[in-house]
Amino acid sequence: MTAGTVAPYQPDQQTGRDGFAPLLRAEWTKFRTVRGWVIGTVVAVLVMFGLGLFAAGASSSSCQSTSGGPVRTGQGCVTIPPVGPGGEAVSDSFYFVRQPLAGNGSITVRITSLTGLLPPANGNVPGGPNAPIDTRPGLVPWAKAGVIIKDGTAPGSAYAAMMVTSAHGVRMQDDYTGDTAGQPGAVSPASPRWLRLTRSGDTITGYDSADGTHWTLVGAVHLAGLPSTVQAGLFAASPAYQAITEGFGGGENGLVGPSQDTAVFDHLGRSGSWPAGAWTGEYAGAADGSGIGGYHQASGRFTVTGSGDIAPVVPGQAGDAGTTVTQHLIGTFAGLIVVIVVATMFITAEYRRGLIRVTLAASPRRGRMLAAKAIVIGAVSFVAGLAAAAAAVIFGAQLAHARGSYVYPVPWPTELRMVVGTAALIAVAAVLAVALGTMLRRSAAAVSLVIVAIVLPYILGAASILPVGAADWLLRITPAAAFAIQQATPQYSQLTAIYSPNSGYFPLAPWAGFAVLCGYAALALGLAVVLLRRRDA
Amino acid sequence: MEATIEVNGLRKRFGSALALDGMSFTVHPGQVTGFVGPNGAGKSTTMRVILGLDSADAGTALIGGRPYPSLRHPLSHVGSLLDAGALQPSRSARNHLLWLAHSQGLTARRVDEVIAQAGLGSVIRRKAGGYSLGMRQRLGIAAALLGDPPVLMLDEPFNGLDPEGIVWARGFLRSLAAQGRAVLVSSHLMSELQDTAEHLVVVGRGRVIADTSVADLITTASSGRVTVRTTARPQAMEVLAHAGAVTAATGRDTLIISGLAAEKIVALLGESGVLFSEVSAHRASLEEAYMELTRDAVEFRAAVAVPADTEEPAR
Repeated sequence: MTAGTVAPYQPDQQTGRDGFAPLLRAEWTKFRTVRGWVIGTVVAVLVMFGLGLFAAGASSSSCQSTSGGPVRTGQGCVTIPPVGPGGEAVSDSFYFVRQPLAGNGSITVRITSLTGLLPPANGNVPGGPNAPIDTRPGLVPWAKAGVIIKDGTAPGSAYAAMMVTSAHGVRMQDDYTGDTAGQPGAVSPASPRWLRLTRSGDTITGYDSADGTHWTLVGAVHLAGLPSTVQAGLFAASPAYQAITEGFGGGENGLVGPSQDTAVFDHLGRSGSWPAGAWTGEYAGAADGSGIGGYHQASGRFTVTGSGDIAPVVPGQAGDAGTTVTQHLIGTFAGLIVVIVVATMFITAEYRRGLIRVTLAASPRRGRMLAAKAIVIGAVSFVAGLAAAAAAVIFGAQLAHARGSYVYPVPWPTELRMVVGTAALIAVAAVLAVALGTMLRRSAAAVSLVIVAIVLPYILGAASILPVGAADWLLRITPAAAFAIQQATPQYSQLTAIYSPNSGYFPLAPWAGFAVLCGYAALALGLAVVLLRRRDA
Repeated sequence: MEATIEVNGLRKRFGSALALDGMSFTVHPGQVTGFVGPNGAGKSTTMRVILGLDSADAGTALIGGRPYPSLRHPLSHVGSLLDAGALQPSRSARNHLLWLAHSQGLTARRVDEVIAQAGLGSVIRRKAGGYSLGMRQRLGIAAALLGDPPVLMLDEPFNGLDPEGIVWARGFLRSLAAQGRAVLVSSHLMSELQDTAEHLVVVGRGRVIADTSVADLITTASSGRVTVRTTARPQAMEVLAHAGAVTAATGRDTLIISGLAAEKIVALLGESGVLFSEVSAHRASLEEAYMELTRDAVEFRAAVAVPADTEEPAR
């Protein structure tokens, strides 16, 4: 038989579908048929979930939490903060001089003075809540006083307020987290401030003025579901004094003690339906009446003294016995290590055995093959991460509640972002691992590099090992920046607190941090495709 | 698509070593083509270039007239077995075939068909890591058949097969070629290709030394030589050498004579009274023909086994 006489071979089977789907299916088949990789993924979920539960259970407290407001539950126990309209933990204690306002209306006032008292500089904070404070004159930066319109007196209820502050000028604040700057500068008899709040339906508008004639709009806020009759009037509040010093791994509260402020109001003007009777003065937000405050009214002049704060409460501060959802996700780094190993092996095992040649002979378009691999390992890791994160958050909270410890509430969109973002972090890290595995072709080198790039900076930054400055930089420029996706509470500019990586605050915004990781992964994947195409298999 | 492999002027250098030096040949359908040469002659490199795995510095390699990387579902065009050990050890053999099938849009039904063809039935669900080399070769052949391709290219498929396996593989490859497929089988041992290949591409030092049918090769290697069987070997050698023949002793009582026709030899030995039991035209073995061809091209002589009964020139 010679070549010329042979009938060409006619295959009797149909050629399969062309396109990307078969590649995805092939890579998925590859993944699911290696038992070690499937077990590894399950282990990653269990480790992540287990460590989360451990963190949630470890911070147990003997205090019984009661709902419905701040309750001081005894020595060593936390005050359970109320929950604001946005779902976050808030502080809602201040001195309130109020009257009911029915329907629409407005309140205008002039403030001529804001003074206050601080705890002694030597750190001798008096013991009992009602003990007289051995004090020195002074104000904390966010000492505040002004006019407020509030849903009611229930802790955590909605409000909007115009205020003067000691160091941040005139502000309009609403619902604990909203904060808009008005006129800058401190208030004094020579430089008084006029403030006005106007209610129209659900909208409250704030104005300020230096002379009571020329008014400037500061802001308008919408308080959904505001009742027709609200509580309105004057207030004064002064957050606790904190001497924050820089320590290794984060700030330290060297001294924490109560402070108070006193504001002098006059030229009170009102429009709308106000009662003719007297004002009610009370310390709002402390069930046992422990707050400092009082008021004095004489010849159109109100002198109001208060303490406490109307602001968010953030975790990670001195004496904080609660946990956050972030801590329930503490196992992420451990699960991530396992996922990184599996994802790296997904490609390097092929190099080790020469299987890559079979793969590339079956899929000569190499970029598509790698894309399919990345999508499969990314999807598997995402599902695993989602399961682990959701379970850790749900059961972590249940365990913490069951053991009587406090979990800071977070708004549901934040919680969703943390859970889905954690899954996405793990997925993108897996893609990065596949890309580096393709570039290096060696399991040990690729695994080490990815762990050094993601897990190590996170541990160094979040575990008080490095000074804050270095930790901040690590968590900005390394792929570990993506852990910002797990930040439970934003950094509030209107709240003096320790915002450091080891107390759960990251230098970048959640999605910005995640974008850093995505950038690294995209870069690595691009390089991997170039190398894969260029190199002999 | 025409079932051919066309290799034209391939050159490739690995560092200072020239792996391919103008490799050119064509594999035609309907026959098994042996791809033979000593280790390091460039066989595997050529195959990797054909599959688009390695890029050549110069030259082209086409499957049915098209470069491999342009093929959609390439396993339906070429089935290949480069390295039987290219397996994930912890994956079962069947799942190895399954992902390959999925990558070509094929189903598990096709996997079961090639498992039966390759005779892998009972052990197919075991982990591939536990397979003997012979079993891996069968698995690799099954993988090459997945796409039912018109072209097959197998690198050293007989390695590790037991004698029964070698017989099976020879018959199987011949039957695949008889279906009209082009089958290229490489080997560094010519004897493995005996009774299998009809055509040979002999390579050495990265280039083709001979591109010939097996029949022509053996005729050339045998031409004009005569085997003489005699108990009086020294006398016979003396007589024939005196008449101008080149004589070579290949055994205690056998000689191979070139340069004299058989009738002349019979006459000379008769005249001189040298007794002989046989004078016949010599038929060279494939091995002999190959050794003759590659004598100059062998780079790693030690790697090529030299059979003890190979003729040694003597005068």
